[in-house]
Amino acid sequence: MFGIVLLVVLVLAALWLVGQFNGLVALRNQVQNAWSQIDVQLKRRADLIPNLVNTVKGVMKFEQETLEKVMNARARALSATTVGERGAAEGELSQGLGRLLAVMENYPELKSNQNALQMQEELSATENKIGFARQFYNDVVMKFNTAQQVFPTNIIAGMFNFKPSEFLQVPETDRAVPRVDLATS
Amino acid sequence: MDTNQRSTFYELQANNRRNSVLLVLLFLALVGALGLGLDVFFLGFGRGEGGTPVPVATFFGLLFGGLYAMQGWFFGASQVLAASQARAVDLSIPEEKQFQNVVEEMAIAAGVPPPKAYVLPDSDPNAFAVGRDPAHASIAVTKGLLQALDREELQGVVGHEMSHVRNLDIRAMTLVTALFGAAMLLSDVARRGLYWGGGRSSRRDSRDSGGGAIMLVLFLLWMMLAVLAPFLGQLLVFAVSRSREYLADASGAELTRNPLGLASALRKIASAHEPTRVITQGTAHLCITDPRGMPLNDKEGGMANLFGTHPPIGKRIEILESMAGVVA
Repeated sequence: MFGIVLLVVLVLAALWLVGQFNGLVALRNQVQNAWSQIDVQLKRRADLIPNLVNTVKGVMKFEQETLEKVMNARARALSATTVGERGAAEGELSQGLGRLLAVMENYPELKSNQNALQMQEELSATENKIGFARQFYNDVVMKFNTAQQVFPTNIIAGMFNFKPSEFLQVPETDRAVPRVDLATS
Repeated sequence: MDTNQRSTFYELQANNRRNSVLLVLLFLALVGALGLGLDVFFLGFGRGEGGTPVPVATFFGLLFGGLYAMQGWFFGASQVLAASQARAVDLSIPEEKQFQNVVEEMAIAAGVPPPKAYVLPDSDPNAFAVGRDPAHASIAVTKGLLQALDREELQGVVGHEMSHVRNLDIRAMTLVTALFGAAMLLSDVARRGLYWGGGRSSRRDSRDSGGGAIMLVLFLLWMMLAVLAPFLGQLLVFAVSRSREYLADASGAELTRNPLGLASALRKIASAHEPTRVITQGTAHLCITDPRGMPLNDKEGGMANLFGTHPPIGKRIEILESMAGVVA
């Protein structure tokens, strides 16, 4: 009798262990997937930029410096080899694009240019997608890390060497409001 | 605070799953009761010689009710879209391209596959989401909505609809609609049974007067069920719908992180008083605001608590603004 009870308890414990372990693995995959989603959107942004710059550069003669900054940041983001470099370049790119989109408002020719408006919408959408992909990544990371910290899942996380994932910080450059100073341009 | 919000979102999903199971059980009980009533009172099942040896009506009721509900479950969403003359977005039109982009953005924020985007040919601003699960979801907005709202407001509305998708509200609503349709059909059949078979039933009752009184009470109860089933079903649909709107407002704002966008959109939608023509009676509960333009939904309590599909819009705006820290 005692043997049967013990067996049942052991089987239940094993099932529970498997369930918890699989849950952690699923969360880890979700984190990786969310991370690659950000990457997809960043690549898309890099693809859009040359088109945008070509569309507006004829009209925005006095913004060559802004355009150049954007193109340079893009080139650096694409050629970056370390995560740090990439992050810095993407941050600069966000800032430059923010400024560019703001400045575009001052060109009435661009507002009546169907092509430019389309590019503007695409770019705003991509910027938003990057933002939301980061937000979702952080949401999933929080879920994953919490699962590893709460009792008793923390024991399994320790046994199988699960490591907490890192949150994405909002880069300083992203938080700065793009300053549009027309006097100097 | 963040943890709380997230746990409520899982609770919402769990609630919807549990409610769905309860709904199916309720449906089976209702259809079983209607069918068994037909068997006992009209076909003489279990009442001695001359009666049917097997519960035919129960069997066919469950079979056809089940098939009808299945059909609603799998094709209900496309029927709703077709009935409201929805067409897929035309990406060559700038405002529709923007709508498509906003849908993709919100899908990323919610972590669900992007639902299909549809446009309804109507000048009244309104929107709804349908589908049996997030992978088969659609979001439809009226042409009028795209024209009236700016990008931020559109994002608020799509965020609201996207949280209906993510929280599995659309799934529960599809189920409710499918089961409700089937129950309507069957109670209609049962009511017809009343006209055909009434005489036969009373003859039998008078013969064995002992069980007759109980039978009569049961028969009256069954009759009430057959008559009231569609009405009760409608009330159930309304109640389910109303409670979900506040939740979708809140979790939609959680997706956009901008409650004011939706608040401003609701204000614009509220100021358009015309009813949304393309949206039929049966789809009202799916929309972001009541398309029937009923003043009922502006009130709370009493009749509005029973028949309104949506909470008062003023109250919704107030709650959204308090989320953003705006003092009214």
